[in-house]
Amino acid sequence: MITEKTGQSQTEEELFQQLVNAINELKDKDGALIPILQSAQNLFGYLPEYVLKHISSTLNIPYSEVAGVVTFYSFFSTTPRGKNLLRVCLGTACYVRGGKEVLAAIKNELKIDIGETTGDKLFTLEIGRCFGACSLAPVVMINDEVFQRVKPARIRDLLNSFRNKDEMEEDHE
Amino acid sequence: MVNLKINGEKITVEENISILEAAGKNKINIPTLCYLEGYDAIGACRVCMVEVKGAKTLTASCSTPVSEGMEIFTNSEKVRAARKNVVELLLSEHSGDCNYCERSGDCELRILASSLGVRENYFTGESLMNNIDDSTPALVRDSGKCIKCRRCITVCTGLQKVGAISPQYRGFKTSIGPAFAAGLDSVPCVQCGQCAAVCPVGAITEKSHIDQVWNALDDPEKYVVVQTAPAIRAALGECFDYEPGTRVTGKMVTALRKLKFDAVFDTNFAADLTILEEGTELLMRLKRTLVDKEQYILPQFTSCSPGWIKFAEYYFPEILPKISTCKSPQQMFGALAKTYYAAKAGISPDKMVVVSVMPCTAKKFEAQREEMNDSGERDVDFVLTTRELGKMIKSAGIDFQSLEDSEMDSPLGISSGAADIFANTGGVMEAAVRTVYEIVTGRSFPVKDLHVTSVAGLEGVKEASFKLENPVDSWKFLDGVELKVAVAHGLSNAAKVIEAVNSGKAIYHFIEIMTCPGGCIGGGGQPRMTDDKTRMARIKAIYEEDESKSLRKSHENPDVKKLYEEYLKKPLGEKSHKLLHTKYTKR
Ligand code: SF4
Ligand code: SF4
Ligand code: SF4
Ligand code: FES
Repeated sequence: MITEKTGQSQTEEELFQQLVNAINELKDKDGALIPILQSAQNLFGYLPEYVLKHISSTLNIPYSEVAGVVTFYSFFSTTPRGKNLLRVCLGTACYVRGGKEVLAAIKNELKIDIGETTGDKLFTLEIGRCFGACSLAPVVMINDEVFQRVKPARIRDLLNSFRNKDEMEEDHE
Repeated sequence: MVNLKINGEKITVEENISILEAAGKNKINIPTLCYLEGYDAIGACRVCMVEVKGAKTLTASCSTPVSEGMEIFTNSEKVRAARKNVVELLLSEHSGDCNYCERSGDCELRILASSLGVRENYFTGESLMNNIDDSTPALVRDSGKCIKCRRCITVCTGLQKVGAISPQYRGFKTSIGPAFAAGLDSVPCVQCGQCAAVCPVGAITEKSHIDQVWNALDDPEKYVVVQTAPAIRAALGECFDYEPGTRVTGKMVTALRKLKFDAVFDTNFAADLTILEEGTELLMRLKRTLVDKEQYILPQFTSCSPGWIKFAEYYFPEILPKISTCKSPQQMFGALAKTYYAAKAGISPDKMVVVSVMPCTAKKFEAQREEMNDSGERDVDFVLTTRELGKMIKSAGIDFQSLEDSEMDSPLGISSGAADIFANTGGVMEAAVRTVYEIVTGRSFPVKDLHVTSVAGLEGVKEASFKLENPVDSWKFLDGVELKVAVAHGLSNAAKVIEAVNSGKAIYHFIEIMTCPGGCIGGGGQPRMTDDKTRMARIKAIYEEDESKSLRKSHENPDVKKLYEEYLKKPLGEKSHKLLHTKYTKR
């Protein structure tokens, strides 16, 4: 089975083996849980349930406690991420200058809530803290690209440009 | 020793105790919501705040040690205002209506709010969402009522080593529960109910069977049989303002008759029967090991505690073959009531309803285990906790304190003192030893009062050994054998014993495990709050109950003997296998 692209395609088993290696390396250190979860998330792109259960049993930490850590930190995710990660800044400046409306427009356009991924696996929606572009608020970050002074009315066009990009890539393949 | 002043009074206490403990020892009560006796204070709730002279801010008394010359005020204006504030905040988030709450009678938050004079809701912030989780047979959780004191986590992780619940998410969204705030059925919870026993509010409670039991009692078609576990008689009184450790066996029987149960029987009868089956099983395992040189069937573990069974099924599946195949007394009783007794009394088993009164929530889970239907019907229909029975008696308008004593019905109501002590840690072992020793040697167990004192008491893991000498002919192979036994209560202690056995560090023949601290007398369904003092008082009452009987050994129970003559024929016989024994599944 081929998983999400992480640079090169690796099978789920290969990824899992890498995780096992990482666990072995880290497991006897104090506070090993968080670095192990980070490495799992880097490998899989998110934290699948079976991976969390494996981590829980190898580290001998109850599953509920592992889940407690995963749900505490916003950088862990338990749902597969879409191809494009959308982060809407809701820092103070963005918030007062329309960030909330931008978020609503995106939710409306994609029909997903925060933390969710669209059915076509193209977009994942998340909230960001300040990206350091407050003077140009509101700001949306898509993958590594920052979009400034975003207007709710322009959301569809913006998202369409990513949809088109995806189609072009598919045509190439 | 340390000298200090509390509220102007000079006191001297030992070093390294907390202000809270120091106050308690001097009969000054400081309110607490998160603190739990016997565990490290976590300082989460802040209602235990006190004023320490010279300190800038108020101090959490549960987590602050005393020091020389300290001057403490537990009831200053500042303290009262701060406490009230904390409780008002908790209540403003809290999503519950005391009128409809299971805990309205003994909710610590409600009682505290009332004693602090909270009369208004000043804060108008968001309140929590009610999120009712009734996914398991024994427990109901409502996160809207949870005040995040974390006592449940302390017992589930520390005492029981299960860790089914933990804080999830963060900030206002924080909830205390299973992984990803899913249902309790999604994690390996053993249903022991220790979380429900320590929860200060109505956020975790047993799943009530009260309505179903009333319906059965009201139904003229049904013949409703009740059995009461050994631990009930030493705790039920607490629901009616008796001191812990008051024996109320006779009043309990009268109350059950007044509730119109058609027959009032005793789980104790089945406990005596358990000793015969389980004792014989132990002797067979010894024979197979010592004579037939079979391996890996010892030590035999007891099987009467369903939380322990579920724990082993999840966490130690490799020892399942070593757990006695005997059903718990509750289930033996159910299977016999709907076969042996039904036939004797001329009642059709499908018209019979078996109700148990248990100190335990895990018994609710056990009663609905798929395989527990060997009578052809559900062997046990409904399980009430001690607390639930207390409520039923009250709601029926019965004045418990004024009741006369009466006796259980026959034939499933007669029991020995050995059955009584099933209620506390070390008791099943002692009961078994009384019988096994006598079967093997033909002589009475040669110990004062028949008590195995080395396995009694609240120590987590206890051991004893007995030399078997001059056995009767059929047990000659046991001559000179030193029978080694261990007793553990609380699943973290059970895990320690199993690990010692698995690693070869400890060698035993027989191990008693009880899920709850102190055994069933400290069960998750007992009146709240159970601390060590209460445990010891209940245990004392149970030993008194045992000593008050002339019948002290299970194998001397005349009705058990009759049951074998008339029906079962012999321990581990064909009928026993069908009705009284079971198997376990890896989970
Ligand atoms: S938990 Fe306590 S305060 Fe909350 S509704 Fe129940 S009784 Fe009232
Ligand atoms: S019932 Fe026992 S195992 Fe389950 S959550 Fe409560 S304390 Fe933990
Ligand atoms: S469920 Fe009860 S014991 Fe657990 S944290 Fe909430 S209030 Fe405390
Ligand atoms: S009892 Fe001290 S902080 Fe809760």
